[in-house]
Amino acid sequence: MVIFEAVGWDRASRSRGPFTLRQAILILLAPNLRSIRNTCTWGQVWGEAAAGHIAQAPLRFASAGDDGIIFVWNAQTGEKLLELNGHTQKITAIITFPSLESCEEKRQLILTASADRTVIVWDSDTGRQVQRISCFQSTVKCLTVLQRLDVWLSGGNDLCVWNRKLDLLCKTSYLSDTGISALVEIPKNCVVAAAGKELIIFRLVAPTEVSLEWDILEVKRLLDHQDNILSLINVNDLSFVTGSHIGELIIWDALDWTVQAYERNFWDPSPQLDTQQEIKLCQKSNDISIHHFTCDEENVFAAVGRGLYVYNLQMKRVIACQKTAHDSNVLHIAKLPNRQLISCSEDGSVRIWELREKQQLAAEPVPTGFFNMWGFGRVNKQAHQPVKKQQENATSYSLELIGDLIGHSSSVEVFLYFEDHGLVTCSADHLIILWKNGERESRLRSLRLFQKLEENGDLHLAL
Amino acid sequence: MISAPDVVAFTKEEEYEEEPYNEPTLPEEYSVPLFPFASQGANPWSKLSGAKFSRDFILISEFSEQVGPQPLLTIPNDTKVFGTFDLNYFSLRIMSVDYQASFVGHPPGSAYPKLNFVEDSKVVLGDSKEGAFAYVHHLTLYDLEARGFVRPFCMAYISADQHKIMQQFQELSAEFSRASECLKTGNRKAFAGELEKKLKDLDYTRTVLHTETEIQKKANDKGFYSSQAIEKANELASVEKSIIEHQDLLKQIRSYPHRKLKGSDLCPGEMEHTQDQANQASTTSNPDESADTDLYTCRPAYTPKLIKAKSKCFDKKLKTLEELCDTEYFTQTLAQLSHIEHMFRGDLCYLLTSQIDRALLKQQHITNFLFEDFVEVDDRMVEKQESLLSKPSQDRPPSRSLEECPIPKVLISVGSYKSSVESVLIKMEQELGDEEYKEVEVTELSSFEPQDYLDMDMKGSISSGESIEVLGTEKSTSVLSKSDSQASLTVPLSPQVVRSKAVSHRTISEDSIEVLSTCPSEALIPDDFKSSYPSAINEEESYAEDNEGAIHFEASMSPPELGETEEGSVENTVSQIDSSCCIGKESDSQLVLPSTPAHTHSDEDGVVSIPPQRHRQKDQEFHVDFSVENANLSSQDNSYEGFPAYELDPSHLLASRDISKTSLDNYSDTTSYVSSVASTSSDRIPSAHPAGLSSDKHKKRAGQNALKFIRQYPFAHPAIYSLLSGRTLVVLGEDEAIVRKLVTALAIFVPSYGCYAKPVKHWASSPLHIMDFQKWKLIGLQRVASPAGAGTLHALSRYSRYTSILDLDNKTLRCPLYRGTLVPRLADHRTQIKRGSTYYLHVQSMLTQLCSKAFLYTFCHHLHLPTHDKETEELVASRQASFLKLTLGLVNEDVRVVQYLAELLKLHYMQESPGTNHPMLRFDYVPSFLYKI
Repeated sequence: MVIFEAVGWDRASRSRGPFTLRQAILILLAPNLRSIRNTCTWGQVWGEAAAGHIAQAPLRFASAGDDGIIFVWNAQTGEKLLELNGHTQKITAIITFPSLESCEEKRQLILTASADRTVIVWDSDTGRQVQRISCFQSTVKCLTVLQRLDVWLSGGNDLCVWNRKLDLLCKTSYLSDTGISALVEIPKNCVVAAAGKELIIFRLVAPTEVSLEWDILEVKRLLDHQDNILSLINVNDLSFVTGSHIGELIIWDALDWTVQAYERNFWDPSPQLDTQQEIKLCQKSNDISIHHFTCDEENVFAAVGRGLYVYNLQMKRVIACQKTAHDSNVLHIAKLPNRQLISCSEDGSVRIWELREKQQLAAEPVPTGFFNMWGFGRVNKQAHQPVKKQQENATSYSLELIGDLIGHSSSVEVFLYFEDHGLVTCSADHLIILWKNGERESRLRSLRLFQKLEENGDLHLAL
Repeated sequence: MISAPDVVAFTKEEEYEEEPYNEPTLPEEYSVPLFPFASQGANPWSKLSGAKFSRDFILISEFSEQVGPQPLLTIPNDTKVFGTFDLNYFSLRIMSVDYQASFVGHPPGSAYPKLNFVEDSKVVLGDSKEGAFAYVHHLTLYDLEARGFVRPFCMAYISADQHKIMQQFQELSAEFSRASECLKTGNRKAFAGELEKKLKDLDYTRTVLHTETEIQKKANDKGFYSSQAIEKANELASVEKSIIEHQDLLKQIRSYPHRKLKGSDLCPGEMEHTQDQANQASTTSNPDESADTDLYTCRPAYTPKLIKAKSKCFDKKLKTLEELCDTEYFTQTLAQLSHIEHMFRGDLCYLLTSQIDRALLKQQHITNFLFEDFVEVDDRMVEKQESLLSKPSQDRPPSRSLEECPIPKVLISVGSYKSSVESVLIKMEQELGDEEYKEVEVTELSSFEPQDYLDMDMKGSISSGESIEVLGTEKSTSVLSKSDSQASLTVPLSPQVVRSKAVSHRTISEDSIEVLSTCPSEALIPDDFKSSYPSAINEEESYAEDNEGAIHFEASMSPPELGETEEGSVENTVSQIDSSCCIGKESDSQLVLPSTPAHTHSDEDGVVSIPPQRHRQKDQEFHVDFSVENANLSSQDNSYEGFPAYELDPSHLLASRDISKTSLDNYSDTTSYVSSVASTSSDRIPSAHPAGLSSDKHKKRAGQNALKFIRQYPFAHPAIYSLLSGRTLVVLGEDEAIVRKLVTALAIFVPSYGCYAKPVKHWASSPLHIMDFQKWKLIGLQRVASPAGAGTLHALSRYSRYTSILDLDNKTLRCPLYRGTLVPRLADHRTQIKRGSTYYLHVQSMLTQLCSKAFLYTFCHHLHLPTHDKETEELVASRQASFLKLTLGLVNEDVRVVQYLAELLKLHYMQESPGTNHPMLRFDYVPSFLYKI
């Protein structure tokens, strides 16, 4: 599935719209009143899990805005399915709680946390409010579901553990004023919480024969970050990655919680290539804060300031970057198949990139935002060809812009990518835009057309 | 629009307010001299020079029993329209052709007067002297105070174009039937009310008389009755009789199936009431004497009045048409008539092409939403298609494209009719059947060869010393006996005309009376007509020659203003009526008695005595074949019983009448049933005026401006391509008027999403948002010099990927490249087309062609679905490409136009099913180019 086909690259045009994505369809959805900052999606897993039963259920996604309203949409048609009203302030976190596969009742829940210090549990099919939890001392900033244990965690100034029936199983003591900003599950019943500069490892103790109580224990505090941790995700079962406000990227071992790799220099002025390692950053720190990560088996993609960086896990170094991928901070990135990457930014743009192995440097036009591979100087670049021949793992990579999606007039906060249904972008301009592949949609429409003709008995096939 | 635009455009362009493209003037020596007789800019083809009226109009006349034929009102009610045309004279003509009218009165075998529910007769006639041709629709309304309870009226569509009348006969007939049905429905209602009041009066009178008689009896004990007492008794008896008769009438009028009648208020309660009254009747009275007016004053509780015996008043004020028909229905009828007047405005050629257009558009219900602004809800698509299929050739007008199309059914009816005739084996009827069949054919083909007229048309010919030509009659049946009227009229009825009409011996006179044609469903042509036709042929031919040039190129004389209002005509009617009361003219109508009644009658008898069996068969067939359709067909049954009013002298009500009367009674029910069914189909129509004509001007102007744009801007092609391929075109300019004008002009190229308005925003002054591009495909945008305008331009450049921008101030266009061949044909800057409306039609015709390509592309199964499982998408795509290129002959960017239209078609087709469809912005990532002049 190719959502945007890149065809060419018009060098003559100076504007940033020289990309010839072949055809796209844009469906504008009714806006939330305030900017939309959070989305969650479900349905794919769900549809697969219950193929016979709910296969007909459309792929849906929910959007939550600063107005405290959550909308549930049909990702295929852009139809608004549900409107969930209940929160009085902006939504801080939203997550789905899928039903257990063993469970008879296929009820899917949506959990939303809001600045009004409540968490509301919704029935995703009816939009009914299942329960409202308002016993929090502080705003819940993150939610996570441990499906293996069938519990969910809420992180604020403390960390609480809840079960499906919404009973509070256990909670930690007061942790910090900043509160937990991110929470991921790691092996051995542990979770990592990012609270300010610190990473805190908690271990969850499930009830056994010995004790029937749930418990949560603080195992370790990791203090390697110099500044607030902004992003935290799992890379794979063995490692997770964190990014801080001053551009520190640390890859941790998920089992023994040690630093596997540390990368902190995302500022690389071209003239000083040789002294890159020691450069003190003179930029506004804003420019190198790591807002978001995404990763695949080989690489971690980081949204650093206005740029995009690709960090190779094996080589333990940045293999490609685009320092000014957007005019403003990159807020969200996601990996597409085919080594493609989508990023969105505060400037309202959504761009699609492709990680390419560099073949012929000379033949490649040099774009304005051209960047070089990390670690290679200009000298290296000129001697690229022989180097490549000799050294297999010295293959250079580049992030090529292959398309952008113009539509939003304000900061694009988040987007969702659906394998078969296109891309949903959510922006502070109160719009959700559903981008689709025009050719594919056209084919589907033809299909539906002939289906309808057949239903009506109007289809006569000539022999 | 699927039509021959080159021809049509000549017919519908009255004024040229703008003539932006002026060809260099020819040197004097090459210029063609103007038509010498042209007065005030009339075009040389105008046939109207002969006619005394400026354009077509509708005339309603009445055969008043007091003053004879008189015009009541015209639509439009504007003296300028009919000018010096002699309405009185023409009324006389049109009223005098209703020779098949039936009657009401005392049939010999029955004790009480009978009402006939009869059909209207439809006649086409022409008056070559006056240059006027008319479709005449006769109808009869009931009036308790009129002689025989009926008053004959007629509605005539008068035009100077004979062909228009002939070719639009079906349409005219259908439309006028609606109007007539409306009038008659109202009339029945009013008549029933009138009867009820009368019954109450009579009842009261009887009570009073009875009391008086009793008093006299008591006072008089001499054992014998005084003459006074006898007189009282007689009076009482006559009142009793009158009651019975009126009750019977009421029953009859109510026997008309009223379930079909819209707004009919005859409720069952009233019926019972009447029956109660009927039980009280016992004696007889003189029914003819009734002189009570004022019955129409609607009081909640009616106070009965004493009816004085023998109070014959000839100077009574007859009821106006409005009073006869109930104001509500009358207004409705007027609305329908002015609708008819609008509908048939303009030249025949124009009418025919627009009818063909509409009919064909109906068939294209899948694609016609794209470019046609013609949106009309019609659930009778199937009927329409039938009518089109049955059309033998294009010169025949698509009969009644807007309404039900009876033509195929007529053909069927003829066939079955024939066979039934054969089984009866009556020779004369066989002939009649053949004749009728031919007539049908001729009307179908609408050819005007004199030979055809010879065969059939002339048979119905009436000749007289006057210049009236009966162009055609439909079998007519109406209850016509004696007419009452409001006598504002000065034209005395000419005995000569009456004779020539009433007597069925018709001879060709030196004057130009010609029957040109009869309508397809003509039922019976009197035998004696045949003898007269050979000489009539010559007349017809000469007539045709006389008018030869004029027939084909009649310019439309109808200015498009829609100034006439219904109120106007109503007022006029009222004023006429006001002046018309109490003119003692009864003697006039008695003059009308035919001079040779005996002869006439025997002739008629010959005709009448034969048919009852056949009637019945035909009747059944009508019910089998067309339960819904066409009252006028079924009314054939009654045509035999139609007698001219002048034969209603009681002395001639002979034995033969009994036969006809019984059959008449049998049919009155079925006939009325059928006609009532027909009336339901027409019920919804009145007052629905199509807005089509009013937009003609708009189309013309749009076409003119589009033409101007094409000539003025060399980059018109890519701009139009943008519109056709669904890319939003922003027209940027400072001057609102100029921008609006251009946007309106370019809107003709914008495909619609659905049946609603085109996605065009004529004028926007705020910065555009992405939502605007989703909604609008053509936007007029204000260029503001102030800083605020910068935002507008910024937004525009931001979304430049989705838009083409036409800058009117700098004369630049930014849009994708176009290299196709479609648009150059659509918008050729060297086109010879000079008129806006012509160009509009040209565009419509090209776009229709385009739509059909899109349709083919969309609905070809193999183009979109793999023929077998293993086929890859690439293969399907290449098949699509080769279809577009080779089969549809599209090159380069033309493909995108068809693809876009195909997407719209798909969406539209899917939309019909329930489910929400969000509008979507569809775009191609293609580079734009900047064009400059």
